[in-house]
Amino acid sequence: MTFPKPSFSPAEPVVSPVIAPPAGETRTSGLAEVKRRAGAVAAAVIPPLLTLLAILGVWQVVTGDSYAGLPSPAHVWTDSKTLILDPFFDNGGVDKGLFWHVLTSLKRVGIGFSISAVCGVMLGVLIGSNRWAHRGLDPIFQVLRTVPPLAWLPISLAAFREAQPSALFVIFITSIWPIIINTAVGVRNIPADYVNVAKVLRLSPVEYFFQILLPATAPYIFTGLRIGIGMSWLAIVASEMLLGGVGVGFFIWDQYNASRISDIIVALAWVGLTGFFLDRLVALLGHVIARGGAAS
Amino acid sequence: MAKAYLSIEGVGVTFTKGAARSEVLTGIDLRVDKGEFVSIIGHSGCGKSTLLNVVAGLAPVTTGAVILDKQEVNAPGPDRAVVFQNHSLLPWLSVRENVSLAVNKVFGASKSAAERRDWTLHNLDLVKMTHAMDKRPAEISGGMKQRVGIARALAMEPKVLLLDEPFGALDALTRAHLQDSVMEIHATLNNTVLMVTHDVDEAALLSDRIVMMTNGPRASIGQVLDVSLDRPRDRLAVAQDPTYIHARAAVIEFLYARRAA
Ligand SMILES: Nc1ncnc2c1ncn2[C@@H]1O[C@H](COP(=O)(O)OP(=O)(O)O)[C@@H](O)[C@H]1O
Ligand SMILES: [Mg+2]
Repeated sequence: MTFPKPSFSPAEPVVSPVIAPPAGETRTSGLAEVKRRAGAVAAAVIPPLLTLLAILGVWQVVTGDSYAGLPSPAHVWTDSKTLILDPFFDNGGVDKGLFWHVLTSLKRVGIGFSISAVCGVMLGVLIGSNRWAHRGLDPIFQVLRTVPPLAWLPISLAAFREAQPSALFVIFITSIWPIIINTAVGVRNIPADYVNVAKVLRLSPVEYFFQILLPATAPYIFTGLRIGIGMSWLAIVASEMLLGGVGVGFFIWDQYNASRISDIIVALAWVGLTGFFLDRLVALLGHVIARGGAAS
Repeated sequence: MAKAYLSIEGVGVTFTKGAARSEVLTGIDLRVDKGEFVSIIGHSGCGKSTLLNVVAGLAPVTTGAVILDKQEVNAPGPDRAVVFQNHSLLPWLSVRENVSLAVNKVFGASKSAAERRDWTLHNLDLVKMTHAMDKRPAEISGGMKQRVGIARALAMEPKVLLLDEPFGALDALTRAHLQDSVMEIHATLNNTVLMVTHDVDEAALLSDRIVMMTNGPRASIGQVLDVSLDRPRDRLAVAQDPTYIHARAAVIEFLYARRAA
């Protein structure tokens, strides 16, 4: 199993300071490189754009001009123009641009997810490396991980009696399971050879943890983190709906109560795109940190 | 009787898994002198790796003991460096880092940072791998990985070097190159080497003695053969040598003729 490494191939050819290559050659290869990259970007961007246009077209045709039910894309544009064009306005209270709602939600996810990442990796290492911890904890985790995020909310509200920590707890508890489980699988799959190398070198437990266990497990951990951050983003939207205040989840609930479906559609686009970027961010981080990957 | 440098005394290994017991090795006695190159040959699954792991301290003995340089072996350590069959380099480290991990661990207290760096480079140079030292294991060939594995083991300055079918996964030409390298290194450093192999030519070419193991289960040493060829040995010249031809024939006879009956 090899994990792709981040590529740092420069867009322009690196100029050698000592011996200048024949000028013509550099220029053509530089140009060809730019063309190739432009082609690659076009191949990645044009198909989804076309698909999006097709979806909007079908949507427009199906919903038509009626104002009842689901608004058409044209209606969304006329109804929610300010919301779309100015994500940064702030009229105080919860009357803010979508950027601020998303930012507030992201902060909550950032805190809740960080806690679950640290705890998840530690618990995963524990049940991955200790047979009794595995036997004792794994069945319980397998049951708990199937509990839906919203079911945790009343429990955490009862326990914390406040909205903010409850929201964090729901994020934490939703995203920790895939992190624990993937980390544990990674630890159990550390090749016996690496363990033997560590034994022959007499690495201390701390050295073993940082030199062998973490790098060998990193691809698994990042798989868990990727699933986890996706789930925590799902959880934040759901939990904010019930908690109120600033945040994109409550924004959606608020607009629903005000029957502003167009605003909800705009918010959904923000939620989707933010989730997509979160996923990519963790994946990128994984590639940078996992470097060579777990095995060759 | 003078004590040998490495002494395997009445070693037996029995694996227990639940109620199932399998006796793999029994009554293994072997003495290896300092600077000696000893090969262990036998059919697949007879327990060669198990025996090597016992010397490495990676597998516990059920009976008997292993004594190296007057001390009983009961845990793995860098004085018994192992080169594993599938290289076992850490893929997230470069070639140089794989070796320096070992060097820093073993000589962290006794050598300065500059000395450790030089020592790392020196050992990579011994196996002719300095040109690729900043590459990762995934970027070099199987033969090169094995060279780095050998450099890492040599860099620990082990009392005994343990090789577990080090060239088993390589093509014939690469294997021949590596065998020559190992002979050269053995000639310069005069290490004590214990090598597991299933290749008769390899055993006859490299070894001072060939230890032939009986088939498992309950494998033991069937026969020990001296290969009294002068060193340095040249693979072409040696092929015509009666001692070599005899050694080869004896091992083949042990492995195939006598065991088949
Ligand atoms: N950790 C272990 N637990 C149980 N059985 C083992 C273990 N290691 C090896 N064996 C058994 O011991 C026998 C010898 O294995 P091994 O030493 O690897 O043979 P060889 O290296 O000669 O091919 C095999 O039958 C194998 O299944
Ligand atoms: Mg073996």
